[in-house]
Amino acid sequence: MKYLSNTASLELFPESCTGCGMCLEVCPHEVLALSNKKAVIQDRDRCMECGACVNNCPFGALTVDKGVGCAAALIKSMISGGEPSCDCSGGDKKNSCC
Amino acid sequence: MPELKLKVELDWKKEAVSCCECGGPALHPALEWVIGTVMTPVGPVPRISSTLSKTDYWEHFKCRTTAYRDDYRVVPGLYAAGNPDNNSDVLVSANYKYSFDMLRRELKDLNAWILVLDTKGINVWCAAGKGTFGTAELAKRISVAQLNKVVDHRRVIVPQLGAPGVSAFRVKRSAGFDVLYGPVHAKDIPAYIKAGYEATREMRRVKFPLSDRLVLTPMEINPAMKKFPLYAGFILVVFGLAPSGILFRDAFAGGLPFLLLGLVSVLAGALLTPALLPFVPFRSFAIKGWITGLLAISLSTRFILFPGQYNTLLLIFTYLFFPMASSYIALQFTGSTTFTGMSGVKKELRIAIPAYLLFSVVSFILLTMFKLTQWGIL
Ligand code: SF4
Ligand code: SF4
Repeated sequence: MKYLSNTASLELFPESCTGCGMCLEVCPHEVLALSNKKAVIQDRDRCMECGACVNNCPFGALTVDKGVGCAAALIKSMISGGEPSCDCSGGDKKNSCC
Repeated sequence: MPELKLKVELDWKKEAVSCCECGGPALHPALEWVIGTVMTPVGPVPRISSTLSKTDYWEHFKCRTTAYRDDYRVVPGLYAAGNPDNNSDVLVSANYKYSFDMLRRELKDLNAWILVLDTKGINVWCAAGKGTFGTAELAKRISVAQLNKVVDHRRVIVPQLGAPGVSAFRVKRSAGFDVLYGPVHAKDIPAYIKAGYEATREMRRVKFPLSDRLVLTPMEINPAMKKFPLYAGFILVVFGLAPSGILFRDAFAGGLPFLLLGLVSVLAGALLTPALLPFVPFRSFAIKGWITGLLAISLSTRFILFPGQYNTLLLIFTYLFFPMASSYIALQFTGSTTFTGMSGVKKELRIAIPAYLLFSVVSFILLTMFKLTQWGIL
């Protein structure tokens, strides 16, 4: 299953990439692939902007606008003006004190 | 052993108290899954059972259906599965007990350490998204557990879905341990270790099969049904309202079909759309929900809307309002899927929210017009 086409904010800077392959390992949707010892974005529409690749690229060759793809969280943040966060499971008032 | 059991339970109490005045995590009764201890150079470590009990399964069921999951935790720290020694692997987990249970039940034939991070009772993937399952917490737990004294090697196995929060190269820098990313599902861990810490392509992919989608639907239906009484009250008032006051007979006779259609739209958005997700056309969840809603409503009106109430205004209202409700509810499912990203959901909302507002206003106007014609004013 894929989500909306051409909306994911993932970006790759080939000049910084060393082809270490770490990003391929952590991506849950096979968005990235190696070609000629460089990472390439092979299927952008599968990217869910989780940030795993960015977080684990030792060379800063990737960026993404990481966030929760959750309508409830985004609507809440629109109304309250806060950062969107997925607080429906556990992080609610009762638990957020710690 | 009783002393250790006591110690673990005391740790629980401590956690509960240190968590401000908010009640804290529920104490796990008797901690029946702690079955002994393993001695290490830094002291005894609780040994856990790799068999889940009936209680465990019952609790898991409650997590799927109620707010029970909000407070279902394990004390963070080091645990032992089987008989681990200084060469055994270290598997990292979250302190949501369900995540912990999914891991321990796969360790029947393994001797391994489990390092539980404090993720505030949230599962690995969600906590990694928030950052609580993260680099800093992992480094902290490694040092608190004195892992460098417990094991001779310098590697920890982190679930792949922890990667949005954990940065392997930063953990190496700050804690001196190599992070190996294990498979997505705990059930593949034995195979992953056997293969020399190699995960197959299959093990690295997140899918979203029917069974996964279905177990999530109770948590879609619950919040939608919480708003239902409000809707029901409104509908009954609309249909019961007469110049002479509220007529209960009219309220039920006229309102009942619309209460049923309301239920149909909840089911269309919260159950049918998730279940049929790959088969409903278009990628947008708002459109998917609208289509499912439209189909469900047009089928239902054949049975629910009786000819006596065949009013044009109500008919337009029905087709405007209920598919929209289904669309709105289906859009909420983006929070549970494994593949929707923030940019996409934002894009949907930019179009969907104004449309919902417009549809709601028009629906309200239609109902008002209906009432006015009923009273003979229009
Ligand atoms: S992790 Fe970074 S450097 Fe390594 S292959 Fe991916 S983009 Fe290139
Ligand atoms: S952000 Fe997540 S889904 Fe997108 S490419 Fe990176 S790891 Fe894959």
